[in-house]
Amino acid sequence: MIVADQFRPGTFVDAFRFIGDHGSLLLSKTSEHLELSFAALGIALLLALPLGLWLGHRHRGFFFAATVSNVGRALPSLVLIAFGLTIFGVGFWNNTAALVVLAIPPILTNAYFAIDGVDRDVVEAARGMGLSERQVLLRVELPLGLPLVIAGVRIATIFVIATATIAAIAGGGGLGEIIVNQASYGLGGVVGAAFCVSALTLLAALGLGLLRRALSPSPVPGA
Amino acid sequence: MNALVAAGPVIPNFGQGSRCERTNGWWCTDWLHAHWGDTLQPALVQHIELSLIAVGIGFALAFALALVGVRYRLLDAPIGVFADFLYTIPSLALFQLLVPLTGLTVTTVEIALVSYTLLILYRNMVEGLRAVPADALEAAQGMGLTARQTFLRVELPLAAPAIIAGLRIATVSTISIATVAAFVIPQGLGRPIFIAIGQDLFKTEILAAGALAVVLALVADGLLVFAQRVATPWSRAG
Amino acid sequence: MSGPVGVERAAAELVFDQATKRYGEGEPAVDQLSLTVPAGEICVLVGPSGGGKTTALKLVNRLIELTSGDIRIDGTSINSLDVTELRRGIGYVIQQVGLFPHMTIEANIGTVPRLFGRSKQWIHTRSQELLELVGLDPSYAKRYPAQLSGGERQRVGLARAIAANPPVMLMDEPFGAIDPIVRARLQDEFLRLQQEVRKTVVFVTHDIDEAIKLGDRIAILRQGGVLVQYDTPEAILARPADDFVAQFVGADRALKALALRTLGELELRPAADGGPRLPRAATLRDALALLIDERAQTLVVTDDAGTVVGSLTRDDLLR
Repeated sequence: MIVADQFRPGTFVDAFRFIGDHGSLLLSKTSEHLELSFAALGIALLLALPLGLWLGHRHRGFFFAATVSNVGRALPSLVLIAFGLTIFGVGFWNNTAALVVLAIPPILTNAYFAIDGVDRDVVEAARGMGLSERQVLLRVELPLGLPLVIAGVRIATIFVIATATIAAIAGGGGLGEIIVNQASYGLGGVVGAAFCVSALTLLAALGLGLLRRALSPSPVPGA
Repeated sequence: MNALVAAGPVIPNFGQGSRCERTNGWWCTDWLHAHWGDTLQPALVQHIELSLIAVGIGFALAFALALVGVRYRLLDAPIGVFADFLYTIPSLALFQLLVPLTGLTVTTVEIALVSYTLLILYRNMVEGLRAVPADALEAAQGMGLTARQTFLRVELPLAAPAIIAGLRIATVSTISIATVAAFVIPQGLGRPIFIAIGQDLFKTEILAAGALAVVLALVADGLLVFAQRVATPWSRAG
Repeated sequence: MSGPVGVERAAAELVFDQATKRYGEGEPAVDQLSLTVPAGEICVLVGPSGGGKTTALKLVNRLIELTSGDIRIDGTSINSLDVTELRRGIGYVIQQVGLFPHMTIEANIGTVPRLFGRSKQWIHTRSQELLELVGLDPSYAKRYPAQLSGGERQRVGLARAIAANPPVMLMDEPFGAIDPIVRARLQDEFLRLQQEVRKTVVFVTHDIDEAIKLGDRIAILRQGGVLVQYDTPEAILARPADDFVAQFVGADRALKALALRTLGELELRPAADGGPRLPRAATLRDALALLIDERAQTLVVTDDAGTVVGSLTRDDLLR
């Protein structure tokens, strides 16, 4: 990497020039980035969401959920990517696997705590009115816990898009490929791509934040 | 640095090691013995340093912000949104965005690491301070404690469990993210991982450095849990 | 830090002098309240919600500041004292108790003595003594509030309030959140405690029965913080100042009045034989209830040891 060891704010001008000049490159890298991210998120949602909701509904597995959350946080994304590399080799699926592992803890634990934390009186009232277990979960617990569930998905999304950047070192493609390749794109290109990927996570975070707010049964303070 | 596996040609580099190293084994004890002193141990020490400084500065900064956010409620939302904004920027991107300003330095790494601690520390501090029971505050005021005494003797101790819970998450996350610092400076446990990736994915080194990072995070978490138990014996009463 | 201001000081006379609290331009919350609580007496502020009784109470320790008028403790205006100094010299008990969850019972009780610079040993001895005084086992000292029941917590709240021996105590519905049986016991013990410590107490409640039971004097406030009547329970029951007071004390005020007097206060007839027996310390109300229950006309009165000392008829009780 070319060393930039002094203060060079002019690089930001270069960065925006790069963004202006390489629109189609950035667009295709962005779509690669999103493809990888969505694939990982989709798989993680399929695996973690039903499990988290079910455990929360049964009020079981507190220890499991807490452990998944703790260990998940302690696993560095770089280590996961490097590990995926050693097992699956370079390519789409090693990165997807690493990102799935990364996305599961926030989705699972938030889903668990969201449903587990729903007011027990409300749930008992629903049972008392004759709702089946499935109806209790889908019509009462899920709507009430939805903001927290989505908060988990939001964190997972931020993690995944951020880590998909690092995945470039394992041939994941995406915007990270520009960021880790200063030799080809120059510092302006690196910073420009960093801007793009930041904008991507901010948009995703904002979108899911708004969704969370819109789906709140009552206004969420400070959401 | 920036060893790009996908970009560069694969050069097998296991020529001069033991048989385990030559066949790229998962856990070559002779390599670990030989390179603990010159590779893993310094990386671990650097990693601890990077993380400690980041969490220390982040804690002080978040604490100051929390005092402002609790005192002036109007500022709470903007501070929270700002901290959330920082948290949302991918670590690798934030490192690169800082490079034109602070260069490939420890400063760049620390600024980025500190910004990731702010959200969780700030939120937990504010929530902890706000959750102090109103009746305890009224009693403190009614008994003639000054604002300062109320803060130090009542509010802060009662917020301690929430603050330490935030500190646990921030510390573990920082230790995890600090591996990415190796993109910018040749320090921390990310460094041996990069080198291993560059040397045709030397598994033992990746596994050892990764395990060290995870163990370090879990040990730090355990220490904080212990600290919390010692510091707040009352939270387990009842 | 100053010396031990309130410590070992006798009860003080408390005077409300035209005390007024007004928020903005609206109706006053407390309107020109003037009353004197003699040293060592319990004054109960009672009235419907919106009557400003809690506001009046909080004016004393300046949790709420006066708009106009004055409040004096033994002739010293509360505004002439430093606010924290003032509060340390006033015991304060609230309905939610407000024990500090992170401190042991002993540390809770020692809060104000510690502010006065009392030693650990002093606080330890004092809290042992106070726990006994409020009817708790001294071993509670090392526990945390979360390990106590609601009633026990309020006893600790009481012990904490009198720990630095303040001459004045403010009590804001202290027994309001406690179940009726425990509440009655706490009221009895509070009266017993008051016999020993003799504080000047301002006690807020919305329960007229509690006011009658505990108060040496009762101040009845109505909407807008206006004092309607300030008198002894007997006088208020016998001669309500107006319809509002009469309605507030209830249609059964004659019965309530009976509960304030004991058989020993009446002139006894010569001992008769037969009929239910009650000791001299029983109230007229209990005696009447017993007579009705037993369908009897005459009651045999005994002393505490059970020796017959005389008798009373139904008419004697109702005279």
